[in-house]
Amino acid sequence: MKNNPIMRVVARWNIPFMFVFAVYVQVHGEIGPGGGFQAGVIMAASFILYGMVFGAAEMRRVVPRRLTDILAAAGVLLYAGTGIYSMLMGYPFLDHVAIWPGNPGGAEPWGMVSVEWGVGITVFAVMMTVFNEITEGTDEAPLGTDTEMVPALHQNKTEIN
Amino acid sequence: MNGIVVLDMALLALILMTAIGAVEVRNLYSAIMLSSVYSLLMACFWMTNDAWDVAFTEAAVGAGISTILLIGTLVLTGSIETVRRAVSWPALLVCALASAILIYGTLDMPRYGDPKAPAHTHPLYSGFVKQDIPKHPSGRSAADVAAYEAAHPGKSHGPDFFHGHVPNQVTSVIVTYRAYDTMFETAVILTAGLSLILLLRGRRGNPQRGGLL
Repeated sequence: MKNNPIMRVVARWNIPFMFVFAVYVQVHGEIGPGGGFQAGVIMAASFILYGMVFGAAEMRRVVPRRLTDILAAAGVLLYAGTGIYSMLMGYPFLDHVAIWPGNPGGAEPWGMVSVEWGVGITVFAVMMTVFNEITEGTDEAPLGTDTEMVPALHQNKTEIN
Repeated sequence: MNGIVVLDMALLALILMTAIGAVEVRNLYSAIMLSSVYSLLMACFWMTNDAWDVAFTEAAVGAGISTILLIGTLVLTGSIETVRRAVSWPALLVCALASAILIYGTLDMPRYGDPKAPAHTHPLYSGFVKQDIPKHPSGRSAADVAAYEAAHPGKSHGPDFFHGHVPNQVTSVIVTYRAYDTMFETAVILTAGLSLILLLRGRRGNPQRGGLL
């Protein structure tokens, strides 16, 4: 797919929109359908599309595996940390009122935002890990190079963009 | 018969055809695409049943990321199913029995949309409708709201319809009422990622490390 001009152009046009949509779903998690899990999946899908079209090695250069390892743990830490914060403030574990004492209506959305970011970060990082580990060892021949499908383009090394 | 039921019937017929096609087709690439179409049709079906969050998840996970991951796997496996196994009668018998038990179980369920169903008459559900499930004593009564308004003019939430809960009931339940559940689900996802790293990373095509693959 790396040498398929249609895939390259479509991917380049689509990835930014997927990325923005993922952020939209993330930040509107508490008032609309969706939330951290869906946002993390869409975010990972946009990077994986990049990896499928431009090669898994190129994707790993943009999002190193070390980064996804750290993010996967950091998401759970953020979620649990929200709960620990409530306990330190003298409330039950994961009682979001602790964030804004005396105003539950204001505190609950903030607690949700914090927790949803935790879920989103972990899901994004784990989905990237799944893709990375599945495609490991295919760095030399990037995923779906499809040289036999578009031999002419491959020989000419036609570069779009 | 209203239009939604007709639409549901059409969607379910398409879902059934797609499912049979995904099982029967021998080209694995076609099978992946059919399973993706299946998920998209399921998302439409959930939408006509007003299950927005389920529809969203089905579209993002079923039609989105799982299709991408399966295509990623396809590169390693090749795209044609080579061995076509004959029908295994014991397996068919077990599947038929399990399906019969499940269908028998559905006979006890209330009719679709029955207002007298337990899910609609349970005391907790009426609390959900009124959105006054006790959360924390502070700030719930009108006096508390007034006290907060006096201290922070224009900042109080007020005794509104949602009683301080966010408008999206599903997220409200998942992230506050069942916050423990969601936290450990996130931990399970992390565990899955860690298992993959421990089992697969750096081992493929590297016999010195005694890899599994």
